[in-house]
Amino acid sequence: MSRFRLMFRSTAVRLSALYILLFALCAAFLVVYVTAMSERILAQQVRDSLTREIVDINNVYDRGGAAGLLRMLERRARQPGANLYVIAGPTGELLAGNVASVEPGVLDREGWTSLPFRYEPYSENGPPRPHFATANVLLLDNGLRVMVGRDLGEPGRFRYIVRQALMVALAIMGAGALVIWFGIGRNALKRIDRMSAATTKIMAGDLSQRLPVGLSGDEFDRLSESLNAMLERIEKLNEGLKQVSDNIAHDLKTPLTRLRNKAADALAMDREDARKVALEGIIGESDQLIRTFNALLMISRVEAGSIAAEMSPVDLSAISADSAELYEPVAEEAGLTLVTAIDPDITVQGNRELIGQAIFNLLDNAIKYACDNPVDPTIKVSLSRDADMVRLSVADHGPGVPPDMRAEVTKRFVRLDESRSKPGTGLGLSLVEAVLELHGGTLELSSTNGDAAPHPGLTVTMVFPVQKP
Amino acid sequence: MGTEAYSGGAPRNPAFAESGRESIVPHMKILVIEDDLEAAAYMTKAFREAGIVADHASDGESGLFMASENAYDVMVIDRMLPRRDGLSVISELRKRSVNTPVLILSALGQVDDRVTGLRAGGDDYLPKPYAFSELLARVEVLGRRKGAPEQEMMYRVGDLELDRLSHEVRRSGKEIILQPREFRLLEYLMKNAGQVVTRTMLLEHVWDYHFDPQTNVIDVHVSRLRSKIEKDFDKPLLKTIRGAGYMIKDEG
Repeated sequence: MSRFRLMFRSTAVRLSALYILLFALCAAFLVVYVTAMSERILAQQVRDSLTREIVDINNVYDRGGAAGLLRMLERRARQPGANLYVIAGPTGELLAGNVASVEPGVLDREGWTSLPFRYEPYSENGPPRPHFATANVLLLDNGLRVMVGRDLGEPGRFRYIVRQALMVALAIMGAGALVIWFGIGRNALKRIDRMSAATTKIMAGDLSQRLPVGLSGDEFDRLSESLNAMLERIEKLNEGLKQVSDNIAHDLKTPLTRLRNKAADALAMDREDARKVALEGIIGESDQLIRTFNALLMISRVEAGSIAAEMSPVDLSAISADSAELYEPVAEEAGLTLVTAIDPDITVQGNRELIGQAIFNLLDNAIKYACDNPVDPTIKVSLSRDADMVRLSVADHGPGVPPDMRAEVTKRFVRLDESRSKPGTGLGLSLVEAVLELHGGTLELSSTNGDAAPHPGLTVTMVFPVQKP
Repeated sequence: MGTEAYSGGAPRNPAFAESGRESIVPHMKILVIEDDLEAAAYMTKAFREAGIVADHASDGESGLFMASENAYDVMVIDRMLPRRDGLSVISELRKRSVNTPVLILSALGQVDDRVTGLRAGGDDYLPKPYAFSELLARVEVLGRRKGAPEQEMMYRVGDLELDRLSHEVRRSGKEIILQPREFRLLEYLMKNAGQVVTRTMLLEHVWDYHFDPQTNVIDVHVSRLRSKIEKDFDKPLLKTIRGAGYMIKDEG
């Protein structure tokens, strides 16, 4: 019982049932329509032939009288598949013809019988069985009535034929339904079952599972493909999250351990001045940790958009020039030259502090990594605007970032330099990206000199949308 | 929570112990309104070691009462307090014409928080977590503000002179040419002569950015300035206070 109900819940069974019903209706309509049409055509033919006979009968009667008519009808009645002929007296009693009896009243009215009527043909064996017939009745001037008719067969025969046709049609439809059921249920629904099986595994935590994709490229395959794309994204996000927590664990654990060791060392020191130096080192270490926490906190707050209210027109040209001026001596100290190409009077709607910090981060990075190129030790800060973009870029000629890593370096704590030999939190570009997102902009990373150059360099561009007034 | 780890967790912070700094501003008396008792205990102890008398109130109402009953040089007020929040304490005090400089401490630590804090009548703003040396430097600068040489047109430290009108800097009568930004840097340092000025304070007042400079940008500017004002002279004036910031002072 429950199995049956379950089966009925399956789409295949429901679809098949629906198809059968639809086909049955179509078939019934077709059968009825075709029979009605053929009946009409047949009836028309019968009428035509009967009309011709009536004309003949009239002619014969005019020339040969009743005797001639009788002879002619006798001759015609003996022919195989003959029409029905009746000559009746004025009161309706049958005088001659190939019919045993006629439904009373038929012979009383001249012209076409409006409906098929009953009659009994002569039968050689057994009692006569009633048949249907259609006929034309002619009243002669001497009171005789002549009926010419055509047998329409036994009653129920027509219905029998219709029923037969319907049965055949239904049998074909049943077979069709089975085929559909096999086609959809056995094939398509099995695929859905496979998909649910895969989904169950994914829900159990195996995000590497993918839904099966067939070769046909049909709806199911397209559905599977988009679900797979979604899974890919979820898996990536999940991995990213894991990466972040791993990195947090690593990047916070390492300095904490170092801090602890230094504190233990300081505790063990006898000389006051050595202990002082050690404690200063501990403070420096703690400050770095606080910075990391602050940066993390800042990114989360920026990403949460909680400071979006603090937006006002920001003079990007001034900020860029300020930042370049602030970092120029730092660059010089590192043996670098900082040059600028800043277009004047470029303003965006935003938060000056955040944009400032973002540019500082970019300059920090550039100075940190660009000093590895002795040939072209320049850093360029450019600011320009076109119709719908404001582009602020910081370009260096350092080792750059390989194209496949460019999406990675904006993630929290991701640093290309695995050994962590350069100082930094690994959060700089994450903050820049978060700031840009808050401003509706995007971050673009490219190589300054082309990816194949010995010193590809890195150009980081902050793209701001131009506010339309 | 957690502030104690950063706000002068060490009973005697070597950052300022090293400079032998005791009571740059003599007999300064401050009020700390902070509900985190542990953090407040560290803070008052650390202030006392720096020669500053620090009273403590643990909620907004008692803080307001103490602030209106006693004369303090500076108040350090946490933003989130039981019974009356920090900002309302400040605006109430201002309404009662108590114009003691106020430093707002905040765990919220974000740009808009700073703006609302300063609008409510605060004079400075420090987001948690902070280094105690930063707090101390700011409190001292605020304490000095009462007699601040805001109107003075000429700052002098030893034989170094800075003319705020003509933008001229001389040492022992010899003119020193400074870039505009270097001038502002020196101006701010000299205005707070004898007091520690942190890197964050310099970025705030000279460049007008309110965040922690992550790298040595400020150091590079200060060392440039130092080389200009000390290069041809024997006596150093601009001192680096390790773990805290800078101080310009004539050692006599």
